[in-house]
Amino acid sequence: MPVPTDPDVKLAEYAHPERLVTTAWLAEHLGTPGLVVVESDEDVLLYETGHVPGAVKVDWHTELNDQVTRDYLDGEAFARLMSAKGIGRDDTVVIYGDKNNWWAAYALWVFSLFGHEDVRLLDGGRAKWFAEGRPTTTDKPAREATDYPVVERVDAPLRAFKEDVLAHLGRPLVDVRSPQEYTGEKLHMPDYPQEGALRGGHIPGAQSVPWARAADEDGTFKARPALEAIYQGEKGLKVTDDVIAYCRIGERSSHTWFVLHHLLGFPTVRNYDGSWTEWGNAVRVPIVQGEAPGEVRA
Amino acid sequence: MTSGPGAARTDDLPGALAEIVADFQEMGENERLQLLLEFSQELPALPARLADHPELMEPVPECQSPIFVTVEVGDGAAPAGPGDVVRLFFSAPAEAPTTRGFAGILSQGLDGLPADELLAVPDDVPDRLGLTRAVSPLRLRGMTGMLMRIKRQVREKTAS
Repeated sequence: MPVPTDPDVKLAEYAHPERLVTTAWLAEHLGTPGLVVVESDEDVLLYETGHVPGAVKVDWHTELNDQVTRDYLDGEAFARLMSAKGIGRDDTVVIYGDKNNWWAAYALWVFSLFGHEDVRLLDGGRAKWFAEGRPTTTDKPAREATDYPVVERVDAPLRAFKEDVLAHLGRPLVDVRSPQEYTGEKLHMPDYPQEGALRGGHIPGAQSVPWARAADEDGTFKARPALEAIYQGEKGLKVTDDVIAYCRIGERSSHTWFVLHHLLGFPTVRNYDGSWTEWGNAVRVPIVQGEAPGEVRA
Repeated sequence: MTSGPGAARTDDLPGALAEIVADFQEMGENERLQLLLEFSQELPALPARLADHPELMEPVPECQSPIFVTVEVGDGAAPAGPGDVVRLFFSAPAEAPTTRGFAGILSQGLDGLPADELLAVPDDVPDRLGLTRAVSPLRLRGMTGMLMRIKRQVREKTAS
């Protein structure tokens, strides 16, 4: 029996309001059977300093990624992880996290690759919950292990690989990194350890929409009309477009993927998780520098 | 990259840092995270002369969370020399406990060393804590970035 959705009026305007819950809704529904709250942060220790009562931690680096191949878990490993966290296949999962829900959106996207049906984000994430002075605890819940089925990951509808992006050139791409990363200005910094990319710039034709433009100051998503004004108005995207979003490693673009797919209702949006750490290191892929999206050469 | 099953080398580290590395090595992986959390809680607050002047501190962009670091060598009256004592100052938000933990380790392990001893600290110290798997290599790079910046600042302040 699915947990009811949040009837909040702002959420109701979105294409898929069932994908978000407000902090007020979550506070009321904590402890509801069939609801599991998941915290997923950039900072691997943040959960330990205090979290939403009953929430379990899922870490993107150490738990959602394969530790050898640059890829996500396979079906068996995901089933083991879900079982260990006490998450059932039919459970409603509400994910929240730090940094405006980047990693929460990323976790939601990974859950979606495995077809976990009812997975939602907490609008405003961890910061809003704490700012509102809502209850927190350092106690780790003891959830009983579940019998989560082994479900193979289905990447194609939601995930783009480098080859997909090459084949996609000429169709809409959204670069959600900072303007300096987009132009290629920001790449080398003094004493910067060997991280990132050998080349700076963006994928030809990509529009620059830094992820943060979708968020209000309190970290909640902007209301639907404001989002439409950016992506459909200013950038001219159409709901029927086939869109690929990317950033540096795929986390900020999960946030934008969530906005386009679930909040604005674009049916065909993929996240290119290889993102700039793959593209900016790949041999002979086309790159454009500067502020203009640039031309796609045939 | 990881320290492997054997204990990491500590004989080339200054005493306090060697003890910290040994403490981490003696623990299981989950306990190491807990110890890192304790270091984050013990990171000293900035003295007022820096807390009121954030522009005096250097940002560490390798860390995914905002952190600033600055060093003082000697008493500031005369040009500093290799035997002068280095003081370390860090500023990192409470919402970034991992980054604060890294700063806490460097603070407790390096603060008060003479400049030449600090500059001799091997760059791979972050990899010796046994945190690579629990924290992830990408996150550990933030600590390497802090160490490199500390050493560069010390070099600049002791250059004649």
